[in-house]
Amino acid sequence: MGIERSEIEKLATLSRIAIDEGTISDVARRLDSVLQLVDQLQAADTTGIDTMAHPMQAIQRLRDDRVSELNQRDALQAIAPAVEDGLFLVPKVIE
Amino acid sequence: MSHRGWETVIGLEVHVQLATKTKIFSGASTAFGAEPNTQACAIDLAMPGTLPVLNKQAVNYAIMFGLAIDAEIARESAFERKNYFYPDLPKGYQTTQLEKPIVGRGNVEIQLADGSKKSIRIHHAHLEEDAGKSLHEGNFSSNFSGIDLNRAGTPLIEIVSEPDMRNAEEAVAFAKKLHSIVTSIGICDGEMSQGSMRFDVNVSVRPHGTTELGTRTETKNLNSFKFMEEAIAREVERQIDLIEDGGKVIQETRLYNGDTKVARSMRSKEEANDYRYFPCPDLLPVIVSEETIAELRRTLPELPDARQARFVAQYELSDYDAGILSSDAATAHYFETVVSHSNNAKLTANWIMGELSARLNSQDLSVAKSPVSAEQLAGLIARISDSSISGKMAKDVFDGMWAGQGSADDIIEARGLKQVSDSGALEKIVADVLAANPAMVEDYINSDESKRGKKLGGFMGKIMQASKGQANPQQVNQLLLQKLNTLL
Amino acid sequence: MHNLTIAELVAGLRSKTFTSVELTQHFLARIANLNADYNAVITVTAEQALAAAAAADKRLAAGNAPALCGVPMLHKDIFCTNGVRTSCGSKMLDNFVPPYDATVVENFARDGAVILGKTNMDEFAMGSSNETSYYGPVKNPWALDCVPGGSSGGSAAAVAARLAPGATATDTGGSIRQPAALCGISGIKPTYGRVSRWGMIAFASSLDQGGPMARTAEDCAIMLSCMASYDEKDSTSVDQPVPDYSSTLNRPIKGLKIGVPKEYFSEGLHPGTEAAVRQALADLVAQGAELVDISLPNSALSVPAYYVIAPAEASANLSRFDGVRYGYRCDEPKDLQDMYCRTRGEGFGEEVQRRILIGTYCLSAGYYDAYYGKAQQVRQLIQQDFTRAFAQVDVIMGPTCPSPAFKFGSKGDDPVAMYLEDIYTIATNLAGLPGMSIPCGMVEDKPVGLQIIGNYFDEALMLNVAHQFQQATDWHNLAPASIQQGAAQ
Repeated sequence: MGIERSEIEKLATLSRIAIDEGTISDVARRLDSVLQLVDQLQAADTTGIDTMAHPMQAIQRLRDDRVSELNQRDALQAIAPAVEDGLFLVPKVIE
Repeated sequence: MSHRGWETVIGLEVHVQLATKTKIFSGASTAFGAEPNTQACAIDLAMPGTLPVLNKQAVNYAIMFGLAIDAEIARESAFERKNYFYPDLPKGYQTTQLEKPIVGRGNVEIQLADGSKKSIRIHHAHLEEDAGKSLHEGNFSSNFSGIDLNRAGTPLIEIVSEPDMRNAEEAVAFAKKLHSIVTSIGICDGEMSQGSMRFDVNVSVRPHGTTELGTRTETKNLNSFKFMEEAIAREVERQIDLIEDGGKVIQETRLYNGDTKVARSMRSKEEANDYRYFPCPDLLPVIVSEETIAELRRTLPELPDARQARFVAQYELSDYDAGILSSDAATAHYFETVVSHSNNAKLTANWIMGELSARLNSQDLSVAKSPVSAEQLAGLIARISDSSISGKMAKDVFDGMWAGQGSADDIIEARGLKQVSDSGALEKIVADVLAANPAMVEDYINSDESKRGKKLGGFMGKIMQASKGQANPQQVNQLLLQKLNTLL
Repeated sequence: MHNLTIAELVAGLRSKTFTSVELTQHFLARIANLNADYNAVITVTAEQALAAAAAADKRLAAGNAPALCGVPMLHKDIFCTNGVRTSCGSKMLDNFVPPYDATVVENFARDGAVILGKTNMDEFAMGSSNETSYYGPVKNPWALDCVPGGSSGGSAAAVAARLAPGATATDTGGSIRQPAALCGISGIKPTYGRVSRWGMIAFASSLDQGGPMARTAEDCAIMLSCMASYDEKDSTSVDQPVPDYSSTLNRPIKGLKIGVPKEYFSEGLHPGTEAAVRQALADLVAQGAELVDISLPNSALSVPAYYVIAPAEASANLSRFDGVRYGYRCDEPKDLQDMYCRTRGEGFGEEVQRRILIGTYCLSAGYYDAYYGKAQQVRQLIQQDFTRAFAQVDVIMGPTCPSPAFKFGSKGDDPVAMYLEDIYTIATNLAGLPGMSIPCGMVEDKPVGLQIIGNYFDEALMLNVAHQFQQATDWHNLAPASIQQGAAQ
C-alpha cells in the first residue's frame, strides 16, 4: 500500500485544492491510513446484492411548473466576493 | 458515400432546451433575455443548504419526445452528478442522467434531397440542467469574466444518436428533423439564435470499405444548421489531410467559430477529465406511471411526418412542398392560418416558400418573428386570387407589409395600385392602343397564324404602359384577342 | 431558571412565573459570562432574541401562544439563518450571511422559540471531537481538558452547561448521539427524511439528518414535534404526519423487546461504559422490558462503508464553495484555477480537505466499483441486518460510543482513530434509521450514553422508552461542576 505522490497531485487538481509541497507526504500518509480502513470492504461478500443509494424506498416528487422564485439578485449578490453590473466576476475564463 | 477514398462517420449529441416556465430544479423563470442573474434564485446559485425538486413538466416533455421517436420510456430513471469545476456551473457538478436515462432507444427517419429516406438510431435521451454563461466582454476589466446564471438550471434533454450519419447533408437533415419534432410537439421553442437547440458533432473518418471506427473529435455547441454543415466539412477535410500526411487524429473537443470560420482545439477541456459520476443523493428515483404515458400519448400533438402526409392529402400539395411546410410547427401553423383565410393552398405554399422564406432568411428571422403576419399574407393572396392585383404588384404590396405599412388592402388603396378590371375602361385602352399603332396591327394580320401569339406581347406591353401597369393582364389578353380577331 | 427543563419553562411562561424577556436575559447573561470557558456558542443574537422574547411575551399575554413560545434555544451553525452569519464552522463561510432560513429555523420561529445564537461545530460537520472548527475547539463542561464530541459539540456543550435549555443539531454518522453521550445530555437523530434538510448545509446528503438536543427525552419530544415536518422543498422529506411525541411518553414499557447486538459489546469497548450500559439495560428489565440477544453481522463494515459514501457525497456537496458567488475567496488570484485551488486550499481545514480527497479518490475512474459501488452494496447488507433484527425486537440498545470523553489531541495523528469513535452510531445513518442517546451512568466522572435505535418512524416509541428510563433514573439530572459558578449569578 502507499498512495503515490502523483495520485495526490491528481486528486488535488480534480478537487481544486492547493496543497503545500511540504505537506504532501503527511497528506499521503493519512490518506493511506483511511484507504486501509475502507479497503476492509473488499472482504465483504456482496454477490447478488443491489446497491443502495438512498436510505428510504421513496420516489421523486414532482413540482408544478409554476414560477415561485422572483428576482432576488440584490440580496443574493450582496454577499458575493466580486460583482459588476449584475454579473459575478471571476478571473478570465479561457475556453 | 466516399470522399477522397474516405468514409465519414458522424454522431450527434443534441441539447434541447425544454419550453418550461421554470427551471428543472427550481421555481425561477426560464424566460429568455432577462437582465443578468435576475432569474437565478438561491437554488440556481447553489447557495448552501438549498435543494432541488424536479419540475413535472420537464419530465413530461422528455417523455413526449420519447413517444415522438417511438422510443422506450424508462419506468424508472435516476439523476446523477457529473463533477467538474467551471464558473458557470454553480454546484461544481451538473445534475444529469447517465445509467438510467428517461428515454431509451428510438429512431428518427430523415429524408434527403434526392428523396431517399434513412433511419437514424437514437441511443438514448436524458434530462439534465443547463449551465450559465460566461461573458468575456463588459463593463469590467479585461482580466475578468462575468458570470450570468440566468440560464443555469434550464431544463434540457440531451439526445444522443448512434454514429449513423455518413456526411454533412445527413447530419443536417437529422438535426432539422429533430428541430421539426421538438417544435411540433411543443417541447422546445426551436429558437436556434437563442441557443434553444445546440449540437455537438462527433466526426471520424475511415478508409472507404472498412468497418472499424476512426478516432473521433467532438465539435461542441454549434447553434445553426449552417455552422454545423461548415464545421463538419472542415473537420472532415482536416482529418483526411492529417491522416494522409502521416499524422493521427487525436480525440479532443473542438470549437468552431461560425463568424470567422475557424475551428480550434479546446485545450482547457483536455486536462484530466474524470467526471466522477455518482447517483445524486438529493433526488430520488423518477417513476413514470403507465397512466402518465397513456395520457401523454393521447394528447401528443401531430408529428411532422403525419402532418406532411396530411398536407398532401388535404391541400393537394406535392410531397416536396408538404415536406417543407410541415417541417417545423411554426411554419406549418403559419401555412394553415393563411390557407384558412385564403382558401388557395398552392398559391399560399408558393408565397411562403418563395418570397416570405427568402425575406426571413435574409434577415435571419424565424417565421414566428415574421413582420408579415399570416393574416396579412392571407389578405394579399386574396387580392391576387380575385385578380385585384397582378403578381408584380403583389411583390410591391408585400414589401409594404414587410415595412409595416399595414394590410394588403391598405397598401393597395394608399398607392392606388388597384388593378383595372372594368371591361369598359379596358376596352377603351385596347382600342386606343390598336388605333395608335396601325403598322403593328397590319403586321399581326399578315402574319402566319402560328406566329401571331408571339406578336401579342408587343400590344400587351403598350397596353400595360398606357394603363400604368394597372390593367388586369388576363382580361387585357382576352379583349385584345377578341378585337384583333374581328380584324382578321 | 437555567436548571429547568423545556417542559418546565413552557409551563412557567404560561403561568407567568417568569417572562420570556427575563428568561432570555438570563440565558444571554450565562452565555456572556460562561461561554468563554466552553466556546460552545460562536454567534450571539442578543438583540433579535430580546425582540423575539418581547413579542413572545405579548402572545403569551394574549393567550394565543404556540408550543415553544418564549423558550430560548440555540441553532447549530449548520442551519441557515436569514441575516445571521452561518459559518458551518469553516473559514470558507466565516463571512456568509444567508438571505434565507432553513426549514428547521422557520419551524422554531413558527412555534415561537427565541433564538439566542448559533453553536460551534466541527467544520462542515466533519469530526467527532469539535477540534476541526475554524473557531477553535469546544470544551466539555464535565472536563474542560476533554472534547465534547462532535460534530454537534457546541450544541451539546451549551445544553450541558445550561447556556440554553435545548439546541438543534445534525447527525451524519453520530454527530448528535456521540456528543450527547459525551456531554451527558439527550439527543435524537430521527428517521432519514423526518426533518427537512432545506437550509441545512449538506455534508453527506443521503446520511444527514437534523434533530434536537436537550437534557431530557421529554424535552427532545417537545422539540422534535416542532422540528419535524414534511417539506416540499426537500425531495427526500417524507410526507407523513408528525405525531405529538409528547403524548405517548407515559406509556408503560412492559413487554418491550430490546435487542442487544453482540457486536456492540466487543473489543474496544471501555469496561466502565459497558458496565453502565448493562446496568441501564437491567434497569429497563426491572421496568418490564425483555432483552433479546441479536446479531448485526455486518456492523464491522459500517465504518469502512461510511468512509467511502460520506466523503464521496461530501466531495460533490462541497464543490459549490469555489469563491465565485459567496463565501471566502483568496486574495489576488493570478488566474481562475489559482482562485479555485487557493480559495479551497485556504478556506477548508485539513479534515475537510482530507475527506474531499478521499471522496474524489473513491469516485474516480478505475476505483468507483471497488469503493463506491462496493460501499453501496455493503450499505444494503447493513440495512438487511436491521430489517432482520426488527422482525424480532422493538428497539435495539447498546453503547453510544466506545468510551467516555477523551482529552484534546489524544487521538493523535491518525485520522482513523477518530473515525472509530462513531463505530456504534454510523450503521443507523447508513440504514436511515432513528437513533438516540441518553445519559446512563458515569465513568471517570464523565457521562456515558445509552444508544437506542428504533425502527423507521418509531421516534415516538424511542422517546417513550427513554422517558420511562429517565422517570426511574437520575443520570439526566446530573450537572457538571463547572456550571455552578453560573448558578451563583
